Amino acid sequence: MPRPSVQSLRRSALAARRLRPLALAASLLLVAGLVAGCGSSSSAADSKTLVVATHDSWAMSKQVMADFEKKTGITVKIQPQGDAGELTNKLVLTKGDPLADMVYGIDNTFASRAVDAGVLAPYTPPQQPASVSRFAPGKGDGAGQLTPIDYGDVCVNVDDSWFARHHLSPPASLGDLTRPAYKNLFVTEGATTSSPGLAFLLTTIAKEGSGWQDYWKRLMANGTKIDAGWSDAWDVDYTAGGGHGDRPIVLSYASSPPDTVDKQTGKPTTSALLNTCFRQIEYAGVLRGASNPRAAKEFIDFMLGKQFQAALPEEMYVYPVDTSVKLPADWARWAKVAPNPVTMPPHEITAHRAQWLSTWRDLTSQ
Amino acid sequence: MGTLRARAGYALLAAVPLAVIALFFLYPVGGMLARGFWVDGSFAPGQVVPVFERSIVQRALWFTLWSAAAGTAGSVLLGVPVAWVLHRLRFPGRDLLRALTMVPFVLPTVVVGVAFRQLLVSSGPLGFLHLDGTAAAIVAALVFFNVSVVVRTVGSFWAGLDPRQGQAAAALGATPLQVFRTVTLPALLPGIVSAASVVFLFCATAFGVVLVMGGLRYANIETEIYQLTTQELDLTGAAALSVLQVAVITVLLLLSARAHRDTPPVTRTADLLRRPGRRHLPAFGWTLLVLVFLMAPIVELVVASLRTADGWGLGNYRALGTTGERDALLVPALVGLRNSFEIALGAAALALSLGTLVAFLVSRRPRRAAARRVVGVFDAVFMLPLGVSAVTLGFGFLITLDRPPIDLRTSPALIPIAQAMVALPLVVRTVAPVLRSIDPRQRQAAASLGAGPVRVLLAVDLPTAWRALLAATGFAFAVSLGEFGATSFLARSDNPTLPVVIYQLIARPGEQNFGMAMAASVILAAATALVMLVVERLRVGSMGAF
Repeated sequence: MPRPSVQSLRRSALAARRLRPLALAASLLLVAGLVAGCGSSSSAADSKTLVVATHDSWAMSKQVMADFEKKTGITVKIQPQGDAGELTNKLVLTKGDPLADMVYGIDNTFASRAVDAGVLAPYTPPQQPASVSRFAPGKGDGAGQLTPIDYGDVCVNVDDSWFARHHLSPPASLGDLTRPAYKNLFVTEGATTSSPGLAFLLTTIAKEGSGWQDYWKRLMANGTKIDAGWSDAWDVDYTAGGGHGDRPIVLSYASSPPDTVDKQTGKPTTSALLNTCFRQIEYAGVLRGASNPRAAKEFIDFMLGKQFQAALPEEMYVYPVDTSVKLPADWARWAKVAPNPVTMPPHEITAHRAQWLSTWRDLTSQ
Repeated sequence: MGTLRARAGYALLAAVPLAVIALFFLYPVGGMLARGFWVDGSFAPGQVVPVFERSIVQRALWFTLWSAAAGTAGSVLLGVPVAWVLHRLRFPGRDLLRALTMVPFVLPTVVVGVAFRQLLVSSGPLGFLHLDGTAAAIVAALVFFNVSVVVRTVGSFWAGLDPRQGQAAAALGATPLQVFRTVTLPALLPGIVSAASVVFLFCATAFGVVLVMGGLRYANIETEIYQLTTQELDLTGAAALSVLQVAVITVLLLLSARAHRDTPPVTRTADLLRRPGRRHLPAFGWTLLVLVFLMAPIVELVVASLRTADGWGLGNYRALGTTGERDALLVPALVGLRNSFEIALGAAALALSLGTLVAFLVSRRPRRAAARRVVGVFDAVFMLPLGVSAVTLGFGFLITLDRPPIDLRTSPALIPIAQAMVALPLVVRTVAPVLRSIDPRQRQAAASLGAGPVRVLLAVDLPTAWRALLAATGFAFAVSLGEFGATSFLARSDNPTLPVVIYQLIARPGEQNFGMAMAASVILAAATALVMLVVERLRVGSMGAF
């Protein structure tokens, strides 16, 4: 093979120098185009697929879901979209071009934001268990759009075995939490970062009235700790939680005690203070502009059915709105609901939320 | 780059990454900002001003600045000696230590927050320090996450530095400290500044750490944006804060650009790694201390992962093949691991190809001042993803990429793309300083000998930069494996990443779910360390030689 001359080498190098960047750029552009192109797989709506936007706490047994799919031929795609607040805000922001066909998990603390923004289409299931009406939203709070599915009571929980070991009687009311005997023993969740935290703030506002700010001042002065979320409080700070922390009073749910059942005695080592509870009600609704509203309605009907309702406690730690459904044995014994929980109309919460939260933050973030 | 054609070539090269970042970053973020600035259909920038008058916003700004500064200072202080030990010395187990230092970087903040706090609560092993819920704990956690960035960026920069100048100074009678101050440090400064600016951005946009460790007593701009967007739907407030973030980044980038503007080229040599001797003991001791600090929360995780309801055992690991106690997950936890790997491969490939291109372009030193300014702006644009809130980006995706031809909201490709946007600045910041430190005369010499641009790249740039490229690959992969912020806004139920799975597990009641979250974190840590080890082993034979 003859060696190329120096000149020809230099000439071709020169030519290459001019062309290479162009060629390289063109091919890279092509690659980028391909990357973008293969991403845009169509999400074409077909009548046999239902997309459900939910909060992160969704859980349902495969059996129950399979039964629905078998019965109706509809495939259900669950898409968790954050906590109840984040879920609601995403729906509001994508109004008119919804992320899903229906929503489950908007609760009474966020309902009227979604209703006011007009993200929901009207739907009321034709057949409902008798007890559902007790939980249905009022006029202007989503009546005719939101169907109640389940509820839960957010309550102060106490570690009874800790108090027994320390020869101290556990607190019995909200007022007790500010007593010196319980200094540095209470851990709760932030009202701005956690939905039980918000529920507890609403409880104090409902129970203490105009004195709620003073109550929080006393609470903070008594060494109350505020965590970002439920898992931080339960898993790190609570004496009966996963991390075996050092605070025997925690803000959790009326359904929490069955999780602390002692293997030897068969009884829970903790209990919920049922006079400190706020009732959260979770709703389902069809989204306005849904591509498959028919399937959404079918699924909402199914959610009110016995099978789905009966699975709620074990799967999502909430109580079914159909009160005729039998609860699991340990729930029936150890997870009684509050007889007179705090409730608040959604529109009242929406009207004051921003102001309450900013006041609360000033009180707690010194 | 005199000819028009060459200039057009550069412009085209620049167009590729610009198009990608415009579509997948500037457009979504711009969309969210527009929602905040247009109130009820009319442009109302005046509404934004009162946001800055809120006392909580001013406190958040102040906290952001000082906590990020403290976190950066801590990371540099801890990291630079470790970078030296792990990248300039040769000893058995070095690669393993390098891999281990990378682990904290990918761990999900939710889990590290819990692990850290279990150490710090008054009933924990470090309870006597009374640090739980303090600002010091937040800064410590920031340092924990970011030391690895300093070790890796500075280390890969340091690795090839020619030691002979220092040796000459020492032969002339300079003490080790004088050598470090007058020879090593000036040569190293661009690498340190580069690392520090990245770490500062990470710290300034830290989100989970501040929420979990601060117990809501502290807020930074990022947590404020999160609350305003996801809870209060105050888009005007969120937009105002996002603009503030961009302003802070711009100032920071101007400062860091000034720091590396006049840095001289650096001579590099092949590996001249020394065996450690007695005089290296202080540096080794320091490294050991840093490693103890980095490993303590990880040991805590391992211990927690082995604790089951029926005593100690591997039950939590076996459970990872399931969906958890009471169907806490929609898919088995191990599917999350597989998803994470697939997504990380895509994200790393995208970030690396775009990032190398950007690094190549920003490391050019055009003669004309105007062109230099263009390069500077170009450089800054690709740093933005580190400094802008993941919440804003995630929500921006939802509201902007929603109609054809780019209806990507439900596309699985969105996650690797979003993660690549986050990894991109790291790739640039790892590779660019090394490319910049190459003496341009080397390239000129090669070109005058007849080498075309590609040949110059292969013969001059690549042998110097391959180490940084490897480091960047590892980084991009690690960022993707650990990314939670933007991912959590995009991840679909059928393809959650491992960090998303861990978050879901830890947010649910049940002792086994907690144990599984710990076990999954340990798996994530182990997988990361393994990937880092493999990347370290990828010695591209001839390329390292001269």
